Amino acid sequence: MARVVSGTVAGKLAVAAGQPRTSLWQETGRRFRRHRLAMVGSVILLALVLSVLFGPLVWRLPINDIDFRAKLKGPSWSHPLGTDDLGQDLLARMLYGGRISLAVGIAAMLIAISIGTAIGAISGFAGGAVDHMLMRITDMFLALPGLPLLLLIVYLFRDALRKMFGPEAGIFILIVAVIGGLRWMQVARLVRAQFLSLREKEFVESARSLGARPLRQVVRHILPNSMGPVIVAGTIDVAAAIIAESTLSFLGLGFPPDIPTWGRILFDAKDNLDFAPHWAMFPGTAIFLTVLSINYIGDGLRDAFDPRKVLGK
Amino acid sequence: MDERDIHGLIADVRTGRLSRRAFTRIMLGLGVTGPLAAQMLDAAGVAAQSKTDGFAPTRRGGGGQLKVLWWQAPTLLNPHFAVGTKDQDGSRVFYEPLAAFDPEGNLFPILALEIPTLENGGVARDGKSVVWKLKRGVSWHDGKPFTADDLVFNWEYAADPATAAITITTYRDIERVEKLDSHTVRLVFKNPTPFWFDAFCGARGMIVPKHLFQAFKGDKSREAPTNLKPVGTGPYRFVDFRPGDLVRGELNPGYHVQNRPFFDQFEMKGGGDAASAAQAVLQTGEYDFAWNLQVADDILKRREQGGKGHVEIATGGGIEHIQLNNTDPWKEVDGERSSIKTTHPFLTDSAVRSALNVLVDRGAIHEELYGRLGQATPNFLNGPPRFRSPNLKWEFGVDRANQILDGGGWRRGADGVRAKDGKRLKVVFQTSINPERQKAQTIVKQACARAGIEVELKSVVASAFFSSDVANPDTYTKFYSDIQMYNVGPGAPDPQTFMSNFTSAEICSKENKWARRNTTRWRNDEYDRLWKAAESEMDPVKRAALFIRMNDMLTQNVVVIPIVWRNSVAGVSNRLKGNDLSGWDSYLWRLAYWYRQS
Repeated sequence: MARVVSGTVAGKLAVAAGQPRTSLWQETGRRFRRHRLAMVGSVILLALVLSVLFGPLVWRLPINDIDFRAKLKGPSWSHPLGTDDLGQDLLARMLYGGRISLAVGIAAMLIAISIGTAIGAISGFAGGAVDHMLMRITDMFLALPGLPLLLLIVYLFRDALRKMFGPEAGIFILIVAVIGGLRWMQVARLVRAQFLSLREKEFVESARSLGARPLRQVVRHILPNSMGPVIVAGTIDVAAAIIAESTLSFLGLGFPPDIPTWGRILFDAKDNLDFAPHWAMFPGTAIFLTVLSINYIGDGLRDAFDPRKVLGK
Repeated sequence: MDERDIHGLIADVRTGRLSRRAFTRIMLGLGVTGPLAAQMLDAAGVAAQSKTDGFAPTRRGGGGQLKVLWWQAPTLLNPHFAVGTKDQDGSRVFYEPLAAFDPEGNLFPILALEIPTLENGGVARDGKSVVWKLKRGVSWHDGKPFTADDLVFNWEYAADPATAAITITTYRDIERVEKLDSHTVRLVFKNPTPFWFDAFCGARGMIVPKHLFQAFKGDKSREAPTNLKPVGTGPYRFVDFRPGDLVRGELNPGYHVQNRPFFDQFEMKGGGDAASAAQAVLQTGEYDFAWNLQVADDILKRREQGGKGHVEIATGGGIEHIQLNNTDPWKEVDGERSSIKTTHPFLTDSAVRSALNVLVDRGAIHEELYGRLGQATPNFLNGPPRFRSPNLKWEFGVDRANQILDGGGWRRGADGVRAKDGKRLKVVFQTSINPERQKAQTIVKQACARAGIEVELKSVVASAFFSSDVANPDTYTKFYSDIQMYNVGPGAPDPQTFMSNFTSAEICSKENKWARRNTTRWRNDEYDRLWKAAESEMDPVKRAALFIRMNDMLTQNVVVIPIVWRNSVAGVSNRLKGNDLSGWDSYLWRLAYWYRQS
């Protein structure tokens, strides 16, 4: 059985444990690069991330300059993505909003993965009563209706957080925490299932017989090998979080109405779909591309991490 | 005024910008008699709106289902607790007043046999009493007869402070309601009352049955099962009600108008927003009628090209305005914020108020957002026309605002936001979720930013913002923000109740479950005095002058910032007739007479 060290997390863990990288890590990268759709996805995502990070430095039009003479104009040289019904430049708004949308997606994903991995690992490794209790908690969370709960939490804590961190940071923390906090269950189940099978595997047994303590067994041997599915689930969570943020903006519970997240721009554009399609099309396309490319990257990562693929070679 | 001006006015009447009544009044001012003015209109081909519209059904029902869209759905169906027009409209399907207000602002008898006037002796010359004769043979939906006892009860019920009715202002100044016989009542007022047609008339005058509500007068008022399951006298009987979603009714076979109503079922669907409602009526024709289409005029015009429906406009007194909070919304005192025991840290400063007043670009908001659905105005009170102040003009100017704030000692900080004595000019600006309102918010925020005032925008789902739910912190009556924007109108063609929105007695607080009218919590003894004086001034000219003075006080003290004088706008299916919209009453004031052309 080949030992597979997987993913960035595992890579970091390996480095943290003072272990040199194996060539298998490069092997994984090589296989990922061969996955054509995943590569296309990576390029698109990278382009999106770079443009929201550095775009506002290049494209310096303000996001909220009202100009009624230029309202609802299609794409042109002065407004490459056109304008909305207040004559505000859509490119500038998209670039600004993209930062928030992407940040929400990635931060929520990290929260979901951390909680999910921790609970799944404890549950799968400890077994017995602990496992039972943690899995019932997971079931309970799975049974909670997502959107109503989201609305309730936003409603209850919005003002308190706003007071503490300001309107934008407050709602950011809230949304990220809520979306992340409601999406860790799948990850936990995946990790637990991986742990249950991996802890009985020969390489773990041999580590145990060599006297490795439980923590070392988990961090050094089991966890790195279970990260494949987790990373895939994580990529899907990014997409889900971006969409959840759009839903909240749609319901008026997300960021303040003048913060142009992609979901908010879509919401504003919906009444004008028939005569100003560009207004909805660009943020819609951006969400679509982000979600799609992240899913393809997830696909590619799963294939690259799959140990059976290694055996098959 | 020459001939051309008069032709201009007649054209205004034709397009609906000016009511026949207002036209007649202008003509009267020129010494032209009423009948002559009417003849002038007739000669110009502007037909008087007749109460019989040519449709004479020979039997009740047969019209199938009437489907109307109220995108802010009612949350309860007791007219005495109706906060906002949605609850009034939902109640109006089942309950009726003695008289409604037609498009000219005249009284139209519903449960009354006739309209009391000075001539027929119904209205006393001293203005201290009025006699109403009730229609006979009217019964409640459960078969019990409608009598004078019900009127007496409605007064007792609504006037009891423990009931905490919204309509208390309409009923508390009636000294007594006397039953003269089973179908005649006399209202005796404490003072001469020129606005005697407030009680039992229009949107605030719906009458609930004594036999079902008498056990729930006072403290237990909110527990009445009939708050959600109405039994009224209206054209449709109650079938089903889901708060915030759906109101369903069926034809009332015992309705007191012969051969009415036309429809067999009635459905009022809530939810969605104005834009999708406009689409459902104007373009796709899924619904017959849509209420309050607060959508950009451009969008409405495009939807109308769908050919299924059209927009109808009725002039009333609706005013989209911004309110400034006089109390501190961020400090909690005795379990409530915006408590009357606090004062706002900076919105009570006249420099800040004046600056905000010139930072609202009414012209842009009117032209770009409202179009034919309204017009920019400096006045809070715009209609009926004799009450409109001619004294004021609005202005917009960022430079002017900067001057005012500099003069007031507000200095810009490093972040560009002005401050004084450690207080930063940062306001939270709330309104309901509606694209037009969010755009108006953005326009205001932009101008404020240029004058060194930071604005944080907040938007609340309309059904929550206008809710009468005491547990909801986001309602406009709680006003837990610095400034807020929405639309209000007089409802009745008399500003007495409307202008009570700024009297001390009407201040919203926890004590009265926020079920009052003064949301700005502004207090001014002179204003209170003027309002009191208008309440009993029988000379119409002097009374109009009092209201104009009140309006000018509001604007000069920047208690509110009026933005756009709005018309009532409804989407109506091209086949639906007889709705005869009135800007002075509920959209449903003539519901019994609605019919569908085959």
